Amino acid sequence: MNVYPISCLALSALSAVLAWPSTEAMAQPAPIPGVARQGKLLLTGGVSSAEGPAGGGLTPWAVIGSHATGQALGATGHLTRVRSRDYALTAFGATVGWGERAEVSLARQVFDTAGTGSALGLPGLKLKQTILGVKLRVAGEAVLDSDTWMPQIAVGLLHKSLNAGGLASTLDALGARRSGTDVYVNATKLLLADGLLISGTLRATRANQGGLLGFGGAAHPGYRVVPEISVAYLLRRDLAIGAEYRVKPDNLNPAGLGAGLREDDWKDVFIAWAPNKRLSLTLAYVDLGSIVPAVVPRRQTGAYLSTQISY
Amino acid sequence: MHRLLRSRSTVAGLAAFLPARRPRLLAVAGLVVALTTPVLAQSPNPAPSELFQALGGRAGLVVLMNDFMQRLLADPRMRPFFEEADQQRIKDKLVLQLCEVSGGPCRYDGKDMKKSHEGVDIDKSQFNALVEVLQDSMSARGVPFRAQNQLLARLAPMHRQIINLPR
Repeated sequence: MNVYPISCLALSALSAVLAWPSTEAMAQPAPIPGVARQGKLLLTGGVSSAEGPAGGGLTPWAVIGSHATGQALGATGHLTRVRSRDYALTAFGATVGWGERAEVSLARQVFDTAGTGSALGLPGLKLKQTILGVKLRVAGEAVLDSDTWMPQIAVGLLHKSLNAGGLASTLDALGARRSGTDVYVNATKLLLADGLLISGTLRATRANQGGLLGFGGAAHPGYRVVPEISVAYLLRRDLAIGAEYRVKPDNLNPAGLGAGLREDDWKDVFIAWAPNKRLSLTLAYVDLGSIVPAVVPRRQTGAYLSTQISY
Repeated sequence: MHRLLRSRSTVAGLAAFLPARRPRLLAVAGLVVALTTPVLAQSPNPAPSELFQALGGRAGLVVLMNDFMQRLLADPRMRPFFEEADQQRIKDKLVLQLCEVSGGPCRYDGKDMKKSHEGVDIDKSQFNALVEVLQDSMSARGVPFRAQNQLLARLAPMHRQIINLPR
């Protein structure tokens, strides 16, 4: 956990060096250093999703993380905690955005299996996942092109590596791999006159429960393309409410346990507040559906709280 | 028609970005665009004169632009662009422009946005900084958030004429 502030500091230092004004921008009037690093309008870089890329909480958006514009590099760091009825997830990470062109994200998720781990004879089991993400804006301008239907479009990939601890041999037996790569394409549009943002994603993935239960299964080893949608409404410049829906594959159903590892789509309603360009707080009510219903059949609803700092 | 052509060329640009063996991904991008379009088509734009009234009419715009210019001069990001300029003239032209854009009974008679910003390098962050100052002004003058967004939605596309540094 101590790595988090240190890595943020390192990223800040890195971006401070790299965001030095380019000679190209040195025209009159002289640019003020740091303006381009804070150049996006408030909240238009999204918040940090639990997998790292800028977006909503559960899905990526086509926007590039941080408030940087032009040639500037900006960085964000996030810390996210999800507490469902029977599980807990801690996620943290950092994202570097290069203007409105590209972003690289690195996130770490620690999933506490709580009672389910004990029921499987693995008390204290934590599933740990590292996610390296790259996102590239390929077309469009989500915010200012308010006179066209053309959304901002981005493509991205997320490479996920799972450390399943004592569950590894079980995942092997189920035919689930320990690493996988999601590929997605994303379209995001702000209907500025209405203060409404709509974002849709299509993701090709093999991940089970986002990757926390490995990738693919004996019955469904291959990729599936699943849609995700996110809608946000601006109540004020610094305050947005919204909802998300993320369709998931169901590769471990059926598996050795019948439908005992069935998984459901994820959804949430959220409120995001950005008191300034340095900080945002996102609170959500999430419904993650069943997670290992063989052991815990009830739906995993609960709270999602995420803090993002932006530099 | 012009807009249609442009969005087609954007899709062509996207196609060029993708490896040849990814027709599926392109189809997917097209689908996302297609899915969002019907939703977009539903967004209603209230009568322009409502927006003009929400801005306080012409008198309200005069007060708003006085406030706006004061804030521009107080903002370190914006001051260099305006401190040497003929501020009264800019305010007068802005009142006319915002009056016309918001559906009021005026006709902007100044230079077009490309000409009026020629010779000054303006990047995206500076354009957005001006948007933020305008939002501050509108909030200070009590313009409802919804009306602010409606005005901004009519002004924002001008970024294509005003921003002249690569993004």
